[in-house]
Amino acid sequence: MPAEKLFPETWVDRYSDYLYNYTIVRVNDHEVAQDLISDTFLAGLKSKANFKGEASERTWLISILKRKIIDHYRKSNSNKGKAEVRMSYNDVDSEGDWLEENISDPSDKNAEDTMENEELGLAILNCLGKLNEKQAAIFKMKTIDGFDTETICNEYNITPSNLWVIIHRARKLMADCLEENWF
Amino acid sequence: MKIFIKCEDANHKCDKSQYKEASFWEKVTLNIHLIYCAVCRKYSARNAKLTNAINQSKPKCIPKEQKELLKERLQKEMSK
Repeated sequence: MPAEKLFPETWVDRYSDYLYNYTIVRVNDHEVAQDLISDTFLAGLKSKANFKGEASERTWLISILKRKIIDHYRKSNSNKGKAEVRMSYNDVDSEGDWLEENISDPSDKNAEDTMENEELGLAILNCLGKLNEKQAAIFKMKTIDGFDTETICNEYNITPSNLWVIIHRARKLMADCLEENWF
Repeated sequence: MKIFIKCEDANHKCDKSQYKEASFWEKVTLNIHLIYCAVCRKYSARNAKLTNAINQSKPKCIPKEQKELLKERLQKEMSK
């Protein structure tokens, strides 16, 4: 088996969205997630020499990210007192409201759904990382960010029919990839 | 206007309809095509599945500017 190599120049394009989605479900804060990811990349760069090439680049980065997430929680745990729950339900009338508000789940999704969606999201992003750069960027803009055709055409200086050809190819590859890994 | 369309056009219309950009007539001709074309039927089904999967899991992306910043930082670190 050929040993895996690291290409730090491509990390941001290929893995940042994947890592971001991995992080966001765990820390639930946009800023924190971004900081953790940039820490991860920098740490990866520093310990580049330790990479033995047994795992894929992505797996390796994820393992660094996991440490970073744990560290983040350790740090925030040492600021004890901030995490306490404050209740302002003192009168008799509203007794029990607190509990009800806390267990009510507006989106009516159970943990299993959420977990499955998380994995699915990661599978999609993983597949996106396998497309070529331009394809992935355009597909992302169109499908995930929801920009309209005109905006994307202007940005990349292409015609709408060019755009649709790119989208078509990307969708085909994505469907193939997901079929292998998910459906 | 043609009622019968080529597979190529059918696929294009199918892609468009995934983004809700197909007109009513385009959807009609697409569906007529799907009645007799098994290959496109399969493509359409997979295409819809993909759209579904994306809508369901709503993957989020880091904004572009942030990515550029991230790249710059990495680049700096690498050239050290």
